[in-house]
Amino acid sequence: MVSSPAERVSVRKTYKLFIGGAFPRSESGRSYVVDDTNVALASRKDVRDAVLAARAAFRPWSAATAYNRGQILYRIAEMLEGRRAQFLAFGLDDATVDASIDRWVWYAGWADKLAQVYGSANPVAGPYFNLSGPEPTGVVGIVAPPDSPLLGLVSVVAPAIVSGNTVVVLASEPSPLPAITLAEVLATSDLPGGVVNLLTGRVPETGPWLASHMDVNAIDLTGVDDPALATSLEQAAAENLKRVVRPPAEPVDWTVDPGIARMTPFLEVKTVWHPKGV
Amino acid sequence: MFEYAPAPESRSIVDIKPSYGLFVNGSFAEPTDGSTFKTISPASEEVLAEVAEAGPSDVDRAVSAARDAFDRWAALPGATRAKYIYRLARIIQERSRELAVLESLDNGKPIRESRDVDVPLAAAHFFYYAGWADKLEHAGLGPSPRPIGVAAQVIPWNFPLLMLAWKIAPALAGGNTVVLKPAETTPLTALVFAEICQQADLPPGVVNIITGAGATGARLVEHPGVDKVAFTGSTEVGRQIARAVAGTRKRVTLELGGKAANIVFDDAPIDQAVEGIVNGIFFNQGHVCCAGSRLLVQESVYDGVLAALKRRMAQLRVGDPLDKNTDIGAINSAAQLERIRTLSEIGSSEGAERWSPPCSLPDRGFWFAPTIFTGVTQAHRIAREEIFGPVLSVLTFRTPAEAVEKANNTPYGLSAGVWTEKGSRILAIADQLRAGVVWANTFNKFDPSSPFGGYKESGYGREGGRHGLEAYIG
Repeated sequence: MVSSPAERVSVRKTYKLFIGGAFPRSESGRSYVVDDTNVALASRKDVRDAVLAARAAFRPWSAATAYNRGQILYRIAEMLEGRRAQFLAFGLDDATVDASIDRWVWYAGWADKLAQVYGSANPVAGPYFNLSGPEPTGVVGIVAPPDSPLLGLVSVVAPAIVSGNTVVVLASEPSPLPAITLAEVLATSDLPGGVVNLLTGRVPETGPWLASHMDVNAIDLTGVDDPALATSLEQAAAENLKRVVRPPAEPVDWTVDPGIARMTPFLEVKTVWHPKGV
Repeated sequence: MFEYAPAPESRSIVDIKPSYGLFVNGSFAEPTDGSTFKTISPASEEVLAEVAEAGPSDVDRAVSAARDAFDRWAALPGATRAKYIYRLARIIQERSRELAVLESLDNGKPIRESRDVDVPLAAAHFFYYAGWADKLEHAGLGPSPRPIGVAAQVIPWNFPLLMLAWKIAPALAGGNTVVLKPAETTPLTALVFAEICQQADLPPGVVNIITGAGATGARLVEHPGVDKVAFTGSTEVGRQIARAVAGTRKRVTLELGGKAANIVFDDAPIDQAVEGIVNGIFFNQGHVCCAGSRLLVQESVYDGVLAALKRRMAQLRVGDPLDKNTDIGAINSAAQLERIRTLSEIGSSEGAERWSPPCSLPDRGFWFAPTIFTGVTQAHRIAREEIFGPVLSVLTFRTPAEAVEKANNTPYGLSAGVWTEKGSRILAIADQLRAGVVWANTFNKFDPSSPFGGYKESGYGREGGRHGLEAYIG
């Protein structure tokens, strides 16, 4: 009657969405199967909930000090280091997991350097103080690369949030499990809820809602591999003049130094003038 | 108001030709299908010249001229490109009076503004970017900065020559070639600039200028031979362009509409603030995308600010753009006048209170008296939509948080103003305003070294400064 300890049945994990720091199921109650695991199939409503969470998180996250954001991104690297085994269990190799951890460290260091590298003091022809500095664009929608479910994901999320943006990410459709496990890392890294929101499911279903959402300020289409879908998402994004990062012309080598090209599309340069006088 | 004797600037310095062709590959040519349109003086409705309307094959010719010129222009040493651009700056300075008079004639803006703002800033812009041409590797845009290719540039009618400078100067410095289309109501200074390119011996095809209306502009930005699109104008057209380039590899910068808040706190120096308010909304007849068209006044000083503002507005002189005493010139076109009138009538019908100083307007031409609306709420269309005319909506606030909330309550985000004597308040408010340019205790200041551009639906990309180069470097 009582099963022996040797036959203990394992406790499986339910792979859910990550919205506003919580792990809800899709409101649609749907899932799809990946590697014998049911994964939440996000809906239009989930996209909207995620955008709401990202918008709510934007003001405090963008107002946090750059030092604080850098500390938190570094903390993500620490947490990821501690969970290496979980990612290796997905079949990712050591080098990929190492690179993903190191990428968080690299971007963490950018938090308090961006304004110095990307801002400027402007010598205007008159008695004025004039300073330009970068600020985050706002809520950024991201279609993560389908073929690089951890390193590619980290490489598109970290550059958006380091400057104070908040994001809604559509995870790799064929390999969503590393994304949800990364969400568990994020949830334990002092990252405020809502800064990163991760949805699993079908990009052709959720992408159009994200691209056309009027409270999303920018969209990164890096992970859209169907050119016709990418074009229609870019057209939808035009409605409120979202900043758009198009899918890459060539396949991306995620292992190389990314430079600042993934941070600057989600920055707005603000210039402040003030007269000088006594 | 004091009586002033008329002090008109002589227009004899300008020799306007009866008709102008298209400037393609270094020389003027008739349009292939031969159609033309007239450009008029908005102050008198007098026809100034006939201008060619570029059709599809003209756009093709201009783009291929720019394409043909690109390899050689891009391959020139930066220092050589710089010298050509310096020449352009110098010739604009040498012909500054002519350009200022022509700009005021064709656009309707006061000669004081074209003479003291538009033309000197245009020259300064070329001078500034000339110096970048041989220093691109120091611009922080990567170790081997390269030009993008052929730039399609479409500019508005509010600052015709200055917008041309904002577009062409950084493009040439970066090694790109351009096809530029000026607005259909203000093509003349761009056509004189084409002559200036000839005078400077700029290699043919590096700058091409084609005239026409919206259809010509659409064909230009959608042309498959174009690598980069730069547009300044309405948010609606900006949206169309963003849709049109979807799925291409074209790089795009858009500088679009605005509905800027000009925030006056109770400790502001009122007289200075009133000057800033007037400059913010009545400069260039309010035909300014970054105009301070929403005045937010702290309730405790509302009565005093409003009284001082009305006193000051009663001193504004509306009339002949060529008169050196004129503060407010002509509205640029009948169509724009109609839009300003319509939105103003909506302002009244929605319940806001309209006021203008006593002011006699000329019989001919397009004119609109400086106007303020009080009792405006955030729901009113005059508080939400860009009027692009000398019309100010006045709102009030009690707390700094309320001021920020109201200032940001718009889909636009181009500019904003803050008036207060408290430094820490300026910095805190400036941090919270979602706008690309924040003028504190000043307004409507521009400089070639200072980046300009919007947040949100005011567009993307920056013009001016080191950041302005980024749009033209691949």
